Amino acid sequence: MDIERTFSVLVNDRPGVLTRIAGLFARRGFNISSITVGTAEEEGVSRMTIVSHGDEAMAMQVLTQVGKLVDVLDVIDMSKEKIVKRELALIKVKAERSNRQEISHILDPFRVSVVDVGHSSITVQITGDVEKIDALIGLLRPYGIIEISRTGVTALLRSGTEEASDAAV
Amino acid sequence: MNQFIKETDTVHAGEGATGSAQTDRQGQAPGVKTGADLLISLLKEAGVETIFGYPGGAVLPIYDSLYDSSIRHILTRHEQGAIHAAEGYARVTGKTGVVLVTSGPGATNLVTGIADAYMDSTPVVVMTGQVTMESIGRDAFQEADIMGITMPVTKHNYQVRDINDLPQVMADAFYIANSGRPGPVLIDLPKNITAGPATYQPLPKPAARGYKIPSAPAKEQVEAIAKLIRDAKKPLLYVGGGIISSGASDLLRQFAKQTRIPVVSTLMGLGVYPAGDEQFIGMLGMHGTYAANKAITDCDLLLAFGVRFDDRVTGKLQMFSLHSKKVHVDIDPAEIGKNVQVDVAVVANIKDTLEMLVQHDLQPDTKDWLAQLKAWDSEWPLRYHGTSDDLKPQQVVELLAKHTGGKAIVTTEVGQHQMWAALFYPFSRPRQLVTSGGLGTMGFGFPSAVGAQVAEPDKTVICVAGDASFQMNIQELQTVVEQGLPLKVAIINNRFLGMVRQWQQFFYEKRYAESRVSSPDFVKVAEAYGALGLRATNPAEAEEIITKALAHEGPVIMDFVVKEEENVFPMVPPGKGNHEMTLEWSEE
Repeated sequence: MDIERTFSVLVNDRPGVLTRIAGLFARRGFNISSITVGTAEEEGVSRMTIVSHGDEAMAMQVLTQVGKLVDVLDVIDMSKEKIVKRELALIKVKAERSNRQEISHILDPFRVSVVDVGHSSITVQITGDVEKIDALIGLLRPYGIIEISRTGVTALLRSGTEEASDAAV
Repeated sequence: MNQFIKETDTVHAGEGATGSAQTDRQGQAPGVKTGADLLISLLKEAGVETIFGYPGGAVLPIYDSLYDSSIRHILTRHEQGAIHAAEGYARVTGKTGVVLVTSGPGATNLVTGIADAYMDSTPVVVMTGQVTMESIGRDAFQEADIMGITMPVTKHNYQVRDINDLPQVMADAFYIANSGRPGPVLIDLPKNITAGPATYQPLPKPAARGYKIPSAPAKEQVEAIAKLIRDAKKPLLYVGGGIISSGASDLLRQFAKQTRIPVVSTLMGLGVYPAGDEQFIGMLGMHGTYAANKAITDCDLLLAFGVRFDDRVTGKLQMFSLHSKKVHVDIDPAEIGKNVQVDVAVVANIKDTLEMLVQHDLQPDTKDWLAQLKAWDSEWPLRYHGTSDDLKPQQVVELLAKHTGGKAIVTTEVGQHQMWAALFYPFSRPRQLVTSGGLGTMGFGFPSAVGAQVAEPDKTVICVAGDASFQMNIQELQTVVEQGLPLKVAIINNRFLGMVRQWQQFFYEKRYAESRVSSPDFVKVAEAYGALGLRATNPAEAEEIITKALAHEGPVIMDFVVKEEENVFPMVPPGKGNHEMTLEWSEE
């Protein structure tokens, strides 16, 4: 079944490791919707979260092909697991004195922070799942969005599911 | 954690793998002053005796250290020659082939060979020079991003940016190249690192964190295979290069004999099972034997050992072996389920698996099945129409086999002659055939024969070549003559790119676009280089020059002027199932 798939990949933090993984996805014909990389719990090790989509066979190829790379310590498919998924977005939206109040009302339930204020625009920082960010962008669009920068999804298994995932992959 | 991959301490290296065991430390540190000295000292400790290479600016420090070393360096006449020679060396010995070239064009000239080694799982360690670290990224003279270029075609690659990393990189590179599923590993060496100061350090134990090698199969998995064999009426062994890499040919033979299960082989697996044995049905696939392709289509249990269901083997996937339960044993987890879904998948070393399998008492009743295979073989045995006037390419291979007692190491180029060599030379031992299976590299055969002959100076090495393929690395004639290598080249000269022409005849209405190739006078070429050149145009002459060539102590180029427009049969046309073989061709 073709579904959205979230892979978590633990890698040695070495030059070129991102190229190795992104290149492998490209040449095997798997697309990447988003990819995030940052240092993991251990020094010298990074965790990548890669969102893609495909069927079971594709997931198995990703796991085995990525797992084969020498700099990859571990790779799991979290698609069917209970996971915490978060993304951060910065949204610069037009905001004149006249409608600032109105925009502020829209922002309130999203628990965002306004991180920059200018004469005719404000920049909002929102954290949450993809749907929440999409929803806010949708609501702000009528006011005129100037720029958006999204980090892409990062994710971890929920507590207590690590073992289950070991068995499932 | 991926269930297929478990980190283990055990090394499942190929037969004769180089280890860190052989050192020539004589109780005191060798005179290491530079990074290059350290590199040479580490190479010796890794067991390296021979390097194939070509010097240049960025590797001058390394060549300077090599100058005083006991390591033998074979100077090829093109970097591509060096990498294919290293592949040939690795393929006949099981040891890791080693290549040394300079930066930029030296490195990029290797790419075809690296890709070739990657596709055919050949253990090679490639050292490339690089511009100084200060110059990297500035488009310096002879700078190329060989790391980026070779990432998709190496098992792993390294750029050494700190001399203190060199010992561990060397240890890991040799370990990775020749363990698990073997393959090429590249080490990029900036000039300031090799020219800079260093002190002696021993070769450490490999410690590539993240590198995983599958462990032995679980007992239950082996029992699952055993159960399928007990229930099978038409079992078939489909064996490939993985058995050679793991050194499991003897076990495979024992297993096949114990169980009376017939064997078909991939191109890469030829020699795993002796061609003359009654249980051997031949090569399968696009140019497989009639009986082998019938067998794979009709069998009820397919034991796929050390193979990867390559498209040249399977034909149209939707028609591939539809009536069989399938068992796939391979050391590479990514090969399982990649092309063909199987019933029992085992990610393990085939040698470990066979060791466990031969413990089971398995004797399925295969008498009727073997009789059926024999019937298919008599229905359409390998054949060609020979006459006393025309020299046929198949006949040349048969004569070579006859005069070498089927014992020669045979390397091939790529094309029709390669298929005829595979079909008509009776390979009887692993590592006897060296051919470019996966990448299909024209220009591979001749330099790989150089490596084979360097590795096995006392054995007869024959390169079966095409007139076009041979011209792709013809410059290595000078290497052969200079090194005094007694190898023999048999050019099957049909004045065509034979396989291209065959496809044009069958599928492009005989429009022979650019497939007619001219050649120089190969006899004169041989003589110009200082080798013996011989020519034959009929069967009697062929016998005569083969006898003469084999008796000659030096290198010989034999030019067999064969009949044009001969075709390789059987042929499974592209997009067809293996049972839909074309057995002859008549023009409408």
